[in-house]
Parts: sequence; C-alpha cells; structure tokens
Amino acid sequence: MAGGTVRRLAWRVATLVDGTPETASARTMTFHVPDWPGHLAGQHVDLRLTAEDGYQAQRSYSLAAPADADRITLTIQRVPDGEVSPYLTDTMKPGDPVEVRGPVGGWFVWRPDSTAPVLLVAGGSGVVPLAAMIRARRAAGSRVPFRLLYSVRTPADRYYSADLAGPLDGVDVTYAYTRAVPDGWPRPPGRIGVADVNTHGWPADLAPECFVCGPTGFVEAVADILVALGHDPRRIKTERFGPTGG
Amino acid sequence: MSIVTPGFHGRGRPAADLPPGQYLTEDFPVLSAGPTPRVPTGSWTFTVTTETGREYRWTWAELLALPAETVTVDLHCVTKWSKLRTTWRGVPLDTLLADVETAADFAVAESYGGYTTNLPLADLLDGQAWIAYSYEGEDLTAEHGGPARLLVPHLYLWKSAKWVSGIRLSHDDEPGFWETLGYHEYGDPWREQRYQGD
Ligand SMILES: Cc1cc2nc3c(=O)[nH]c(=O)nc-3n(C[C@H](O)[C@H](O)[C@H](O)COP(=O)(O)OP(=O)(O)OC[C@H]3O[C@@H](n4cnc5c(N)ncnc54)[C@H](O)[C@@H]3O)c2cc1C
Repeated sequence: MAGGTVRRLAWRVATLVDGTPETASARTMTFHVPDWPGHLAGQHVDLRLTAEDGYQAQRSYSLAAPADADRITLTIQRVPDGEVSPYLTDTMKPGDPVEVRGPVGGWFVWRPDSTAPVLLVAGGSGVVPLAAMIRARRAAGSRVPFRLLYSVRTPADRYYSADLAGPLDGVDVTYAYTRAVPDGWPRPPGRIGVADVNTHGWPADLAPECFVCGPTGFVEAVADILVALGHDPRRIKTERFGPTGG
Repeated sequence: MSIVTPGFHGRGRPAADLPPGQYLTEDFPVLSAGPTPRVPTGSWTFTVTTETGREYRWTWAELLALPAETVTVDLHCVTKWSKLRTTWRGVPLDTLLADVETAADFAVAESYGGYTTNLPLADLLDGQAWIAYSYEGEDLTAEHGGPARLLVPHLYLWKSAKWVSGIRLSHDDEPGFWETLGYHEYGDPWREQRYQGD
C-alpha cells in the first residue's frame, strides 16, 4: 500500500456469456468483463444487482478460476429463499448484465511462487476459491504438492468432478461425504473430524499453508482441528461463506 | 450509473434504513481471517500503550470492576450484512482512556492471535466505543471475539477488533491487518468506505 495514488475499485458491467449447471443446485457462470485487471486465486468479486425500481443488492462471490483475458468464472450455489443466488442460478440469461467490482481480498490467496505444501479444506461451495488455487497451480506449472479435503453432502453435490476426479499430478483429492456415500465407500457419511484431517492433510512439521473455506460452522470446526493438530494459527487462512449449508 | 439487471426483482424493500449496499440479517455471521483464538480470562490483560511507550494495564477482574454500560447498537459488516439492535455490555473507552496521558491522534487495536486494526483516536472517545464482554446478556463467545472485543459500531465491524488485547496510541496512522490488504483505512458504512479509495 506504500506510495502511489489510491484508486477506487471501479464497478464494471459484466455480461453473462455462459451458464452451465454444476450440480442440481449450483451453476457455473462465465462473465465477460471489459478491462478486467486480473486476479489471484482465492480472491472474490462483489456483484451488484439493480432492479427496475432502482433497488440494489450486493453479494460476494469467489473467482473459480484464473482470469481468461476478459472472462471471469463464478460458481453460485442456490440458497433456498435467498434474495440473490436463485436469480443467478435460475433466472439470469446469457447476455444479461450485472455490475461487478474487484478483485477483492488479499489475504485468502495462493501465489504461484509460493513453495510450501498446500492443504485445502472445503465445505460445500467453499470449494470454489480452492479450485481456483488448483487451477492457478496448473496454469503456472507449479510442482508444489497440494492436498484437497472436500466435504460435500453426496457424490451428486460435488463441483468440478471433471477437473478434480482425474489423476492430478501432485494434487491429492479426498472426498468426505456428510449424507450419502457411493457403494463400497470406506468412510461412513459424517462431518470432517480430526482423523480425516490427520490422515488426509499434511503433518504440521511440514509447515503447509492451509486454506479452509465453507459455511461458518464448518470453518470454525476445521480451523480448531488444525490448531489442535499443531498447525501454526498464522498459517491457517479462512474464508467464511455464510451461516449454514454445505 | 447503475445498469438494470433484467429479471432481478429482489425481495421486499427493507423497512429499516440501511447503509448503502447492506442487507438485513437476523443471524450473527462470523468473519475472521483465521482460527478462533481461545484466551482464558485468568491470563487476559488489556494494555493501553502511549506514543511515549507508557503502559496502562488491566486484568480481567480489574476490567469487570470498572463501571460498565449496556448499549443497543446496529452492526454493519463489510461483507454486506447488517444486524440491527444488538445489545452489548462493556466498559466505555472513555473510562479506560480517562487517565491516559497522550497527544496521539491515532490508535491501533491489537488482538490475541495477532490481528490489528487502525482508527483515529477520536473515534474511540465520546461514547462511541467499548471493550465489550457480554452480548445479549450472555458472556461473549470466542467465535464473536470473547472474552472481550472492541466495539466501535459506527464503523464497519472489522474495526471492532475481536479478542482485543490492547490499544497502541501513535502520532501516525499505521494500517492494520485488513487495511494493508486493500480495505479502507476508515471504514464508514454510511459512506460505503469498503475498499481503499472508496
Ligand atoms: C467472501 C465470500 C465469498 C463467497 N463466495 C461464494 C461462492 O463462490 N459461491 C456461492 O454460492 N456463495 C458464495 N458466498 C456467499 C454469497 O455471498 C451469498 O451469501 C449467498 O449466495 C446467499 O445470498 P442470497 O442473497 O441468495 O441469500 P440471502 O437472501 O442473503 O439469505 C437467505 C437465507 O439464507 C441464509 N444464507 C445466507 N448465505 C448463505 C450461505 N452461503 N449458505 C447457506 N445459507 C445462507 C441467510 O441466513 C438467510 O436465512 C460468498 C460469501 C463471501 C462473504
């Protein structure tokens, strides 16, 4: 922040290019944003929606992938009775405009020049900024070892299966289902506990960078587990999406 | 100029007057950058350090022995939610700073766990700020910043440092944790000062 003039983050008009169902209740949306300045994996944007009578609502959404020139990608989980998310997942059509400003957030970010091993722990839609980190790693050709522990209700609720399921060089992905598991799955359904994090995370003495994202209760529980397992609290970065869900 | 997003209607227009870009919530969401520190009250202290290095320190028992106030205030978080008419109990900063000798203009609130946030000293005075230890009649939980947090409700909530351990007074305005990461140095919700330059 040293020196230079401070420029206000501008509101830009983003146009929906494409919306694809990610699951039955989530949609991955690509927007065209002229003059998008670029972003780091883990950052988010603010969306501002304006109704015909001038009423406005703003919400934050994580960037799901590195920027592709003037295109940014978000994944929105429909929150039942939500004001904004059902509009984005169900109503918005390609060509429709919305205002966007960002990128926002300089703490919950992974930088491709970082060399420490990385542990990602996702609850539900909290996987969005963590998938951005995996994609940024690949785009940069980084060989830093990553582990993703992804808590999700059922196999049908997984985001980005095509990207995350395949053999990923140097990225271990472990699913932890909370409601229903595939046939023959070794782990009974349930919330992530200390044994999951201990088995599928990194030992604390490797001093990994830890990123935890999801609903508040999930983030609280996982961050407490990481501290109990001896991880340095300053290396545990958290992003809380909302009160419940995931 | 804002553009209309076709097909977006929003919900009922809020009856309450909210700062721009905020929406009303009944929950009490949590925002913090890392794990929740657990600070036992037995070893808790609160320290005011002046620009000359002089320290004024209170233990938990000493804090509780000071005259406290119960206040009902609105909270505005930079992540867009607002929660109205929340009730807190705590010691006004006016009381804690009454005998502190200082010519400083700025303050940095410091927390257990390493969090910091900066604000003008004037914003901590004149009945605008408290060291709060109870929320809605209950002890303040660690998630929401207990055992005690700074409460400065006229600024975005990140200025109300959770797990507060002290206030450092200074002649210079030193950006705190979120302020170095692109958030606004002052954070007035009514002027929508979310990010640097707003
Ligand atoms: C930094 C940040 C990044 C985010 N990134 C994403 C993202 O990538 N994808 C995404 O889908 N969401 C993300 N969110 C959440 C998003 O901003 C909204 O909170 C969410 O879409 C709900 O908005 P709504 O208007 O539909 O619901 P609202 O009308 O605001 O809320 C309706 C009801 O749902 C509850 N609720 C609010 N938020 C949630 C939630 N997240 N889960 C469950 N219940 C909720 C409310 O308490 C309320 O009872 C992010 C939030 C933050 C702070």
